[in-house]
Amino acid sequence: MRPLRDLISIEDLDPSQVLAVLDTAEQLLPIADRRRNSVPTLRGKVVCNLFLEDSTRTRISFDLAAKRLSAEVINFSAKGSSVSKGESFKDTALTLDAMGVDCVVVRSGSSGAPLQLSRYLEVPILNAGDGWHQHPTQALLDVFTMRRHLGELAGRHVVVVGDVLHSRVARSEVQALKLLGARVTLVSPPTLLPPSVASWGVEVAGELDAVLPDADVVYLLRVQRERMHRAFFPTSREYARVWGVDERRLALLPEHAIVMHPGPMNRGVEITADVADSDRAVIVEQVTNGIAVRMACLYLLLSGDADATEGSA
Amino acid sequence: MSDSTILLRGGRVLDPASGTDAVLDVLVRDGRVEAVGEQLAADDAEVVDCAGRWVTPGFVDLHTHLREPGFEDAEDVASGSAAGAAGGYTALCPMANTDPVCDAAAVAESVWRRGNEVGLADVFPVGAITKGLRGEQLAEFGELHDSAARVDFFSDDGKPVADSLVMRRALQYASAFDVVICNHSEDPDLTAGAQMNEGEASSVLGLPGWPHEAEEIMIARDLILAAGVGARLHVPHVSTAGAVELIRAAKARGVRVTAEVTPHHLSLQDHLIRSYDPVLKVNPPLRTEADVQALRTALADGTIDCVATDHAPHAPELKDQEWEHAPCGMLGLETAFAVVHTELVATGLMDPLTAIARFTTGPAGVRDVGAHGGALTPGADANLAVLDPAQRWTVDGRALRSKARNTPFHGAELVGRPVHTLLRGRFTLRDGKVQA
Ligand SMILES: [Zn+2]
Repeated sequence: MRPLRDLISIEDLDPSQVLAVLDTAEQLLPIADRRRNSVPTLRGKVVCNLFLEDSTRTRISFDLAAKRLSAEVINFSAKGSSVSKGESFKDTALTLDAMGVDCVVVRSGSSGAPLQLSRYLEVPILNAGDGWHQHPTQALLDVFTMRRHLGELAGRHVVVVGDVLHSRVARSEVQALKLLGARVTLVSPPTLLPPSVASWGVEVAGELDAVLPDADVVYLLRVQRERMHRAFFPTSREYARVWGVDERRLALLPEHAIVMHPGPMNRGVEITADVADSDRAVIVEQVTNGIAVRMACLYLLLSGDADATEGSA
Repeated sequence: MSDSTILLRGGRVLDPASGTDAVLDVLVRDGRVEAVGEQLAADDAEVVDCAGRWVTPGFVDLHTHLREPGFEDAEDVASGSAAGAAGGYTALCPMANTDPVCDAAAVAESVWRRGNEVGLADVFPVGAITKGLRGEQLAEFGELHDSAARVDFFSDDGKPVADSLVMRRALQYASAFDVVICNHSEDPDLTAGAQMNEGEASSVLGLPGWPHEAEEIMIARDLILAAGVGARLHVPHVSTAGAVELIRAAKARGVRVTAEVTPHHLSLQDHLIRSYDPVLKVNPPLRTEADVQALRTALADGTIDCVATDHAPHAPELKDQEWEHAPCGMLGLETAFAVVHTELVATGLMDPLTAIARFTTGPAGVRDVGAHGGALTPGADANLAVLDPAQRWTVDGRALRSKARNTPFHGAELVGRPVHTLLRGRFTLRDGKVQA
């Protein structure tokens, strides 16, 4: 496997690297799950969580992942976007460099910010979500979760439903699934499909009911209610009717199929409460798996590709 | 003084106004062209060997941002004029989006005067169409036109005149003075939040798209309005294949329209934005290969009248930001000829005389720029450029004369470069060095 230098986009990975993350996460899952324990694997390493956009859930997940590996974590958050007034993005990067951190986990509302940061910094950059662009650890935890339920993903059919246009999750997800040989169908209001989406190598379907009987996974994207105001769709009621998954649509799925969501959910819009709480939904599991996958990523970025549980006490 | 009589010997004279393309001497005396011909002699002249070089009228840039007044940390009239001289330009038209905005005679005159003081290029300010570029109340065209700066070209560049009624009135009012209206072609509703061309690349990069329709709708509207009132419309920085078609059809119908294209839209494409390097962020955005091809064809066949740089310097700290927050704009003056030569002339798409026309007679035909871009005939002001079409050079952004460094061509190898520039017979660029 080519060593992992940064983790900015799924596009930069080859299948062996994706599998290395998933296999490492599999080894680490018992530790991710273990409430008060940790392994000394990254002792002495300093991980900086640079959160230029608020996301408590993702930050906590990275925080836990680093701490379970015994890394030190410093949190650097800046409200707003272009860091704080008077300090440029570049200056922030140079400050982090001067502080001698070993890895920067960066979350930004601006597409491309992690790649830009990687040009200023020598240490590994881990993208925790940038604009509409990428959220690679989300995609990796999702394929990890799928693999645990379905086995090998080659030939499996994943239906991604919702606002693909504004979704960094969708962009990363589609690339990860394609790398592993899965088939992807997008179902979305046409106003929320990216231009030239055909170049992604996916199928696009107009109607959810038609594709559900053939799906192994239904992946629901979060709908932002404010999209209504820019005329992407008329009302959340209409969205729920046409693109939401309820009990009736759940029943159209094959027995083994699972329902996923990156959270936080809008119950009653993209997913009904019944479906969210059904045993077909693996949404809570995704959260735990997220810690294991982020541990795996930090581990692979910071200490090469040896046995991740080595030295565990 | 040594500058007063100069014999440019043995260059390939490319003079679009007269259609001349021949190896000739050009004798310059007291700031004017004295003679163009074979084997000219003048005992008192300084002889400049131009063998293998092109001798052309000085270039005219209809679309420059000199940033003075207000943003002198990025550029000022002196540094911008130096960049112009280095690029073969003798005439520059700085846009009105300064601070204060060039919507009053005092501002236009101060910029014009500063250009004269610096003396590296003649500066012809562009007046704002509307007060403060707010798109509401018309600027005083009459006052600007009568000022010492003789403003006959108006643009709210950077901002479209979105209100159709205001635009119609601007065109109607402009026809009283027969001045030109140049509207930034962008439907602002369609580009709210836009960050790059909408297409395959934006879809992968997760940047909000800037649809080509936004440019074309505005051009279509303006063409209809200009035709209706018989006014003169200039379309700046055309960037899409659809826009080219609209302009071509309007010209065929006899609409009084002219158009320009930038070197970067002729050479760069949106997929380069994969790097998220804000140096590539520009308005209108870099488009697709099909657009680039259409623009090249249109420039070659004259549908697009001229090359204009949209030279837009920005201080480094503004470009060292996330893509989304970085301002639009890139440098252009010093690389314009080299880019067009490398991409369109060296590749056989345009012959040298046509290419030079797009830098000289083309822009000079759009607005009054005095004795620039015209014929190299006896008695004409000696505003000249001497270009080395064979010179290979690697662009070094830090070595450019602009105060800013935001050139997308940093590190690029280009062929062709201005060697000398003369403004009224005086070297402003000599052997590649600006004569401050
Ligand atoms: Zn403009």
